[in-house]
Amino acid sequence: MTHAAVNAMGPPSPTARGVDAYDMKLGMWVFLGSEVMFFTALIGTYVILRFGAPGEWARPGIVLSIPITAFNTFLLICSSVSMVKAYAAIADGNPKLLNVWMLVTIICGAMFVGIQVYEYQHLIHRGLLPSGVREGSELAELVANGTLPEATMGLYGSSFYTMTGFHGFHVTCGVISMLYLYVTKALRGKYTPQDYRGVEVVGLYWHFVDLVWIILFTIVYLV
Amino acid sequence: METATRKHPPYLLIWLYLALLTAAELALAFELPISQNMKLLLLMILAVWKAALVAMFFMHLKFERWNLRILAIVPLPLAAIFILAAMTEKIW
Repeated sequence: MTHAAVNAMGPPSPTARGVDAYDMKLGMWVFLGSEVMFFTALIGTYVILRFGAPGEWARPGIVLSIPITAFNTFLLICSSVSMVKAYAAIADGNPKLLNVWMLVTIICGAMFVGIQVYEYQHLIHRGLLPSGVREGSELAELVANGTLPEATMGLYGSSFYTMTGFHGFHVTCGVISMLYLYVTKALRGKYTPQDYRGVEVVGLYWHFVDLVWIILFTIVYLV
Repeated sequence: METATRKHPPYLLIWLYLALLTAAELALAFELPISQNMKLLLLMILAVWKAALVAMFFMHLKFERWNLRILAIVPLPLAAIFILAAMTEKIW
């Protein structure tokens, strides 16, 4: 569909002129504002724990699997672009393309969660628990020979699992929401160029989850 | 949903930027022999740059009205104050 045709149809009229956003979209932005504060609390706590820790902090490259997580980060970025392509597709009046891009987004999101579960299994196997390092494990040996600091491994484990776990929970909620919209609306052709609010609102949430991961990846895995 | 009446931003180009910036972050974190503080500063700049790209183009904040942008931005100074206040724990 050409842009001229889309222009002729015009966008849906917003119900609230103040911010030029319909109720659901405004509600999502307010919710995302609260989510910023939620993740700020987690990151702030991490900062307190890390900078106030009684000793050195474990280097992420030794404990965590950076290549796996880097791939996961790339996957989430890909899912974000596929989500916005889904949005663009329905805005341009192409519901079939919307279905394709939404499915790609759902698959990428589910893969992200799957890889995170694998990462957790791998870390637990190596000996990193939320309470610290498991005795007799591979990481316990690194603690014993001084490669990893003994005093802060408990803080490291608890903050790592809390931050990445809550983010993973958000991704899971996003995947479930998108799957619901995909099955109940997108596949049934209920989204049109005149009304694609669900796609836009769930897209905002999904991009926010990606945005938070960008910050968490840097703070938890790279610094 | 203003985007229906205008041309979409170059989403794939932005995706490429994000991928390249992620690669740059990894190289910076594990390959470049620079001081820890400089590394931290550069990594945070790259992370904020990537987050801004996502917010501006994927979340379409660049194309929203000014008051919706303010609504989205308001939590950020609050978050910065919170984290700076938390960091003073170490100073005191």
